[in-house]
Amino acid sequence: MAQPIISFKDYGFQYTAQASPTLHHINLDIYPGEKVLIAGASGSGKSTIGSCLNGLIPYAYPGESTGKLTIGGKDPKESSIFELSQIVGTVLQDTDGQFIGLTVGEDIAFALENDCVPQDQMKETVHEVAKLVDIDHHLEYAPHDLSGGQKQRVSLAGVMVEQVKVLLFDEPLANLDPAAGRVTIELIDEVQKRTGAAVIIIEHRLEDVLWRSVDRIVLMDEGRIVADMPTKDFLSGDMLLEHGIREPLYLTALRYAGISITKELEPQHVESLTLSGEQKEKVRSWYRDNAGLTGAKKERRELLRVENLSFGYTPEVQNLKDVSFSIEEGEMVSIVGKNGAGKSTLAKLICGFEKPTSGRICLEGRDLSGDTIKERAKTIGYVMQNPNQMISKPMIWDEVEMALLSGDMNEQERKERVEETLKICGLYPFRKWPVSALSYGQKKRVTIAGILVQRPQIIILDEPTAGQDYHHYTEIMEFLKELNTQGFTIVMITHDMHLMLEYTPRAIVFCEGMLLADTTAARVLNDPSLVQRANLKETSLYTLSVMCGIEEPQEFTERFIAYEEARRRR
Amino acid sequence: MAKIAILNYIKRSSPVHELTGTTKLIFFIAWSVTSMVTFDTRVLVCMLAVGAVIFKVSQIRIRDINVVLGLAAVFLLLNNFFIYLFTPEYGVELYESRDLLFTIVGRYTVTAQQLFYHLNITLKVICVVPIALLFIACTDPSEFASSLARIGVSYRAGYAVSLALRYIPDVQREYRNISQAQQARGIDISGKDKLFTRLKNSVAILLPLIMSSLNRIETVSNAMELRGFGKKDKRTWYTRRELGRNDWLAIGFAVVILAAGLIVTFWDGSRYFNPFLRW
Amino acid sequence: MKKLSVKSVVAIGIGAALFFVLGKVAIPSPVPNTNISLQYAVQAVFATLFGPIAGVIIGFIGHTLIDATSYGPWWSWIIASAFVGLVIGLFTMKMNTEEGIDNKKLVRFNVAQIIAHILAWGVVAPVLDILIYAEPVEKLFAQGLMAAAANIITTGVVGTLLLLGYSKTVVKKGSLEKED
Repeated sequence: MAQPIISFKDYGFQYTAQASPTLHHINLDIYPGEKVLIAGASGSGKSTIGSCLNGLIPYAYPGESTGKLTIGGKDPKESSIFELSQIVGTVLQDTDGQFIGLTVGEDIAFALENDCVPQDQMKETVHEVAKLVDIDHHLEYAPHDLSGGQKQRVSLAGVMVEQVKVLLFDEPLANLDPAAGRVTIELIDEVQKRTGAAVIIIEHRLEDVLWRSVDRIVLMDEGRIVADMPTKDFLSGDMLLEHGIREPLYLTALRYAGISITKELEPQHVESLTLSGEQKEKVRSWYRDNAGLTGAKKERRELLRVENLSFGYTPEVQNLKDVSFSIEEGEMVSIVGKNGAGKSTLAKLICGFEKPTSGRICLEGRDLSGDTIKERAKTIGYVMQNPNQMISKPMIWDEVEMALLSGDMNEQERKERVEETLKICGLYPFRKWPVSALSYGQKKRVTIAGILVQRPQIIILDEPTAGQDYHHYTEIMEFLKELNTQGFTIVMITHDMHLMLEYTPRAIVFCEGMLLADTTAARVLNDPSLVQRANLKETSLYTLSVMCGIEEPQEFTERFIAYEEARRRR
Repeated sequence: MAKIAILNYIKRSSPVHELTGTTKLIFFIAWSVTSMVTFDTRVLVCMLAVGAVIFKVSQIRIRDINVVLGLAAVFLLLNNFFIYLFTPEYGVELYESRDLLFTIVGRYTVTAQQLFYHLNITLKVICVVPIALLFIACTDPSEFASSLARIGVSYRAGYAVSLALRYIPDVQREYRNISQAQQARGIDISGKDKLFTRLKNSVAILLPLIMSSLNRIETVSNAMELRGFGKKDKRTWYTRRELGRNDWLAIGFAVVILAAGLIVTFWDGSRYFNPFLRW
Repeated sequence: MKKLSVKSVVAIGIGAALFFVLGKVAIPSPVPNTNISLQYAVQAVFATLFGPIAGVIIGFIGHTLIDATSYGPWWSWIIASAFVGLVIGLFTMKMNTEEGIDNKKLVRFNVAQIIAHILAWGVVAPVLDILIYAEPVEKLFAQGLMAAAANIITTGVVGTLLLLGYSKTVVKKGSLEKED
């Protein structure tokens, strides 16, 4: 067998700033041309492995290492970050951070410029590589004219110009809508086939990565490798959930139906499943048995009404076109659609950050157009995607109290209100802590508490779970669900199909500024044309139900979700 | 997302656009230096005339830049107003003669010398405006960094300019988003509150903005390091263009203006052109 | 001269972008023509965190971009802005902000910013204006001292609060205990 290009031997690492090691006894070989997925929950050490490979450890993040690591036959400690970057090319999670140049062409050329490559040769290489990732018609574009997926292509091209032997992707799906994520996975696959480079993908969204085959899956937990095996074998075990990774939905459905997952089932893709007639019957009978789970919709009072709303940031472009819908009290709704479809713009209009060019927004029948941002905030709360963009006080108490200070409450009333809010959000024990001591999920709660303290009737959340692993996702969503059962109406802008399916009975779909559909989440994801137009992705449950001959795939999905929820409640 | 024009680079085809960034940078520097040094009305008037011609050639129209022109006008007016307010007879001192035209009230007299001084100071500012505007409007931002490097600025510092241009729209968007979200929590910095309250309130926007900028610095410097920035003492540039015949002509012209301006200005041993002496 | 590190290059770029954006979204103040210049508070924080060279170049690039997009560059004030970053950066060098910020460091920061603004707007800018534009001394010093006062207040209040906020945010998880 060939020599491994990357080899960890009993490797351990501890960051200088940390009290205990992050990686323990890592043994891992990666061979030329291989495609490996490194999965694991946040804090499992998977990103640290990535930093070891590209040289950020030890050059940007100092620390102590034990054992042995060789990359392309060299010890990184005796090499330099520049030498390593010619072997391992890294595509970072934050495509805006990685896009350094003012235009696509410049950004792809960046590494060549630093290498003093002559200009004509540079232009030639840039063109070739851009063609390979299909971005060659956009070389003059500035980053803000590109979609997230396109930026990622640029990032990929930017590392490919060095003809690296290993391509490392750090959470490539985190900032993309579902369809763009799927295209990315296809692109990675294609690039690998053409260049023969080894590919390492660090991700926790297993099912999405598996849209194209990977050779091996390495599962990390608490700084250790807990599994390292071919995809088939990996999926037939049941180690996923216990290590905080979500299993592909179709496999979960099979398990619910009482089918054990074996290698022979070819479980790596939903399309490759080889179900016997007997097994298909099992799925059908599970479907029949759970008919009673999905209930009828309750009648509720209308809370928010949006009528014929239109808006454009500039007179030439219409970001929203004649949008109408209403939200009822106590609902939990998803707003979905691809990047730039107008979802965030809609939220800004509802909160009064921007003024509509025509149409109106009413709350309980009252037109809101005369209200200021501050007045609206008392009834409609808005939570930004990244809690770090909202937290402006070092102490939790102050952060939560902030919105009340400009009102007319006295000190005692404020104290009571803050305490009550902290209790609702499960933050009461931490009330005297600084925000910096909290985890990401807890910070998210603090920002939600900072909004809830004004007792709004509706809370709008922008991408509440973006970039979160399954554990944090569940934590945040269960919390929101709890708030919803306490009577708060919740509207979420999201890319996450699981979120939409599992937590919101209703979904409003946007595409290019227009409202495309307003129906149940399961119906949205089982309508192929809708899925395609809104850049969404059908679930593997759809494919599975078709495979098993179930006539109403959407009902299958709904039963699956209801079944899951019932299990969770138990 | 709303697009926010930052540097107002206006892409057109004109002889001015075709010049390399380096040429325009050198021209702009020579021009600025001349206008700063000279106080000679003849030189300033010539420069203004030449500036107007170049502006015409550039295909940039007045309405493309009327906002900027408006700001420049306001700035000039205020500056002149304050000079007069503090020293209504400064020109008399400077030109060592006094021709009183009329008196507004008390010490606020109007003299020919003062008016002439105001004319000169105004000319000094406005003869730079068209060239500065053209430099901004006709230079592809992608060329700034390589142009700076070409005239001898370290490429690291030059690249910082490029990064600033790259991240201004991102920072602007982030500022806007944060400030909207904070306004919804009762933070108001434009309203009628007291100065101190507003300063304190601005921290509620700036702190998250700075923390997120520090994160961004970390990510971007990692990304640059991973792609070999700073590996060598030199680097090449994707967008650099070689100097052509017109470039050398323009640079030559800039040098002539600089030299001629300085010679004419200091010919008589004084920086000031003083028409009142001969009277 | 020592080469700038990659991190400094990026800090300068992003710092200048912040300087520009904040300089453009001026907060109106009750006294006409003395807008609150938040950019100096941020420049002071960056000079403290990243050193004098970063401080200088942030001021220079940031201010040049602001001027160039409004009424053409007014070099004397641009240089004064750069000078502010230099002085604050020099005074706060080796303050080890990563190890937390105590009152002593805040006093040092404020002494630095007061000296920097007085020198910059009371001396550097007016002297350059006299040299370049031959403007009357009285007007220049009145203007300079007003600018100095406004910037000292802004940097003193906002800059101090930002540094405090920063130090509390980077604080390590310690002996915190939950309370019921």
